[in-house]
Amino acid sequence: MGVAIAIVRMKDLFAVIMLSGIYGLLSASFFVAMDAVDVAFTEASVGAGISTLLMLVAISMTGRSEHPVRHKPVLALVVVIVTGGLLIYGTLDMPYFGSAQAPVHQHVAPRYINDSMQEVGVPNIVTSVLASYRAFDTFGEVIVIFTAGMGILALLSVLRRPRKTAGDIARDTAEIDSLNDSMHEQHLILRIVSKMLLPFIMLFALYVQFHGDFGPGGGFQAGVIFAAAIILYTMLFGMSTARRVINQSFIQFLAATGVLLYGSVGLVSLLNGKNFLDYSALSADPIAGQHLGILLIELGVGITVASVMIIIFFNFAGRRENSQGNNKT
Amino acid sequence: MLMGLYNDWVVVVLMMVGFYIVIAHGNLIKKIVGLSIFQTSVFIFYISMAKVEGGTAPILAEGISQYSNPLPHVLILTAIVVGIATTALALALAVRIKEAYGSIEEEEIQKQDNLDC
Amino acid sequence: MLIHLPILQVIVPLMAAPLCLLLTRPRLVWLFTLIVSGLAFLISCLLLQQVMTSGTIIYELSGWEAPWGIEYRIDQLNAFLLLIISAVSTVVLIAADTSIKKEIPADKHTFFYILYLLSLAGMLGIVATGDAFNVFVFLEISSLSAYALIALGKDRRALWAAYQYLIMGTIGATFILIGIGLMYQMTGTLNMHDLSMRLPEVEHTRTVFTAFAFIIVGICLKLALFPLHLWLPNAYAYAPSIVTAFFAATATKVAIYLLIRFTFSVFGLSFSFTAVPLQVLFLVLGLLGIFAASMAAIYQKNIKHLFAYSSIAQIGYMIVGYSVSTTTGLMATLLHLFNHALMKSALFLALAAVMYRIGSVQLSQFQGLGRQMPLTMAAIVIGGLSLIGVPLTVGFVSKWYLILATLENGWWPVAVLILLGSLLAVVYVWRIVEVAYFKPPLASSESIEEAPLSFLIPIWILVLANIYFGIDTRLSVQVTQSAAQSLFGVGL
Repeated sequence: MGVAIAIVRMKDLFAVIMLSGIYGLLSASFFVAMDAVDVAFTEASVGAGISTLLMLVAISMTGRSEHPVRHKPVLALVVVIVTGGLLIYGTLDMPYFGSAQAPVHQHVAPRYINDSMQEVGVPNIVTSVLASYRAFDTFGEVIVIFTAGMGILALLSVLRRPRKTAGDIARDTAEIDSLNDSMHEQHLILRIVSKMLLPFIMLFALYVQFHGDFGPGGGFQAGVIFAAAIILYTMLFGMSTARRVINQSFIQFLAATGVLLYGSVGLVSLLNGKNFLDYSALSADPIAGQHLGILLIELGVGITVASVMIIIFFNFAGRRENSQGNNKT
Repeated sequence: MLMGLYNDWVVVVLMMVGFYIVIAHGNLIKKIVGLSIFQTSVFIFYISMAKVEGGTAPILAEGISQYSNPLPHVLILTAIVVGIATTALALALAVRIKEAYGSIEEEEIQKQDNLDC
Repeated sequence: MLIHLPILQVIVPLMAAPLCLLLTRPRLVWLFTLIVSGLAFLISCLLLQQVMTSGTIIYELSGWEAPWGIEYRIDQLNAFLLLIISAVSTVVLIAADTSIKKEIPADKHTFFYILYLLSLAGMLGIVATGDAFNVFVFLEISSLSAYALIALGKDRRALWAAYQYLIMGTIGATFILIGIGLMYQMTGTLNMHDLSMRLPEVEHTRTVFTAFAFIIVGICLKLALFPLHLWLPNAYAYAPSIVTAFFAATATKVAIYLLIRFTFSVFGLSFSFTAVPLQVLFLVLGLLGIFAASMAAIYQKNIKHLFAYSSIAQIGYMIVGYSVSTTTGLMATLLHLFNHALMKSALFLALAAVMYRIGSVQLSQFQGLGRQMPLTMAAIVIGGLSLIGVPLTVGFVSKWYLILATLENGWWPVAVLILLGSLLAVVYVWRIVEVAYFKPPLASSESIEEAPLSFLIPIWILVLANIYFGIDTRLSVQVTQSAAQSLFGVGL
């Protein structure tokens, strides 16, 4: 709570963002304490990680400090007090914290806990609910990520310069090499260490992706970790190098592919006579079908999340490059 | 009774702090941070609902009989993702606004708009 | 395939969106989007037919039955809305290719269509689903794409309008999320039908009351109900014209659908109207909305702003009908929902045509347009007449039922106020007519021609529909009556 109030008072946005990152990490630890391990994992990587990163890139373009508020925010305070009061009023009848008799534990949840092993065959109950029982919500979630990616492309993408001649390419390569050399001195240790770490990070991402059935993990977390590896690479080696490794249109194509993979699994179910995203249509043995379905859709999720995170970062960084370039000329 | 609800009240306060930042502050980035805090606090609320005293994480394992409720976990996973999507889009807008108006303070922008009309 | 219609309704546009990325030429993307939207429209017609003959359709996603899985529940109310949304989407798209050429930079065109399809799919998904959390997810899909679409507007104020809409919209969505969480906590389920059965035993608790309050406020933010309407005028005025034409007819309608669905089908009539003085509250807010917005409209210099304020007023009418809480009242709301969609999409499309030809929508630039763009201006005039509620237009039909509903309830003063509101509409419509027909054209505007066919065709489809449904009311009345009756638990 102290963190939250500190954020209200501080004017230096850099500090504010760092504090919000801390808030995210604290929430993640709280989630662990509440036995919500998958959520903690996601909140740590997404809320504390990517969120903080993007905000920092944003303020590198928009400025570090906040102007003091000139008028007394009376109306805002009133609204907040009324809303908060209403919420507290609402809590008076709520079941007590941790009580096993609460309605939420009586009705829908027991079947997930008791029957999911027979019906879906996956130990991580969160995965079975997310990827099978409520798979359509997860599909919607992937679409949300995809939408954000498209929105950011629509807002921030900068026209790449047209195809270059051989002379241009030679010039660019020389430019990149000289840039690398100069950075070589300053960030030598970082660059060497990160080059060694990168493959491990990616491997970890793959592990999280495929182990999500048995332990905390799954498509989202894996996608974010994978994207983090790429972003790390980009930060240390420069946008131009990164772009040669990962092409703009390729990454957009990947983002689309993830979504389409997910949807296609559902369509296959339709074509086999069952409802959308009913995995029992994928194989003769329903459990095998469940496993296959979950594997495929989580893959789709991972691909789209990774590509969209990369797209978002590239476009923010690219815009910054662009505006700095304009400032120089 | 109070101890049972203490958890909820703390969460409510957190939510309100976030909410306050959004509506009271004029700096666009600060607003986005506030929005993020507001949303994260809602997640904390949902997750504390899921906890069962004496239960563990909802991953089936030998010898464990009491599990915490997995459904809110699933919902919050989705909500976190929605939250980051919104934050990213909001930041992109803030960047564009800075380019177009030269400022990200609400008062500044409104002043310039009034001159435009 | 027929039994899969409910999900196809949403999946077709949803999966078409990423497919657009694989097509290279923007023209092709436009055509593809148009076809997809047309398919969605076809599906919605079939769905409506099916529902009117055989009753509510239930579709279990992932093969798991509710409340453990997510289900789609289509009854007369949502089938009706699915039809409206997909119809408007398709007609508006006809003009999209031409319109965005002048309003959006060429390299962003593909993204425009992708976001458009996502927005369409999002709205269809909100309407079709029977699961409360699923509503939230698709609400965010449609909202996020909306923020981005609005921000594509040429004027830099579009960016600011999009940002404000984002902030207010996200607060609203978070409120709805809080409400859903509270409901879940007291009942243990997320399925709307299941909730309606479990809520009565806990409805006296303060938690449920709070849940109700948060959900209603969240929906009202999206609805642009006075005084939570602040985001709407700028968002409509500065977004690309096609976007406004699409959203003006659909976005707020979806919010009204949510209001009706949550109060009638989830919380139940008795709770919704007795626990909170909802009836009085909405009546007052609705009337305030009508008058404040209509008066604001009179003073606008930017015609898009004028019609945006007019939209807020029209939402006020719909809320008044809703507050009467009788079958007739609800019918009136649904009819007005339908009619407003037809009217406003036609009006904003016509404005898009004007924007295309003269590059501005300031009233002062409209001088003499009556002679230079006769078909376009005629469309605006007919749309305006419909707003006022002149007989032979569709606006008359809904105003008629609205007044009927208030009179049936014995609310004479309200009926009078509704008529007064229509008089205000006369004033702001007259302003446009006066400038366009009775003033000489500006010297600089000699070379203006009529709008191209790609605009005229969709505009006049909508205008003629406006007139047709104003005369032959069988279809709209039948569907809305059936929907209202089933919501009140009468009849089917």
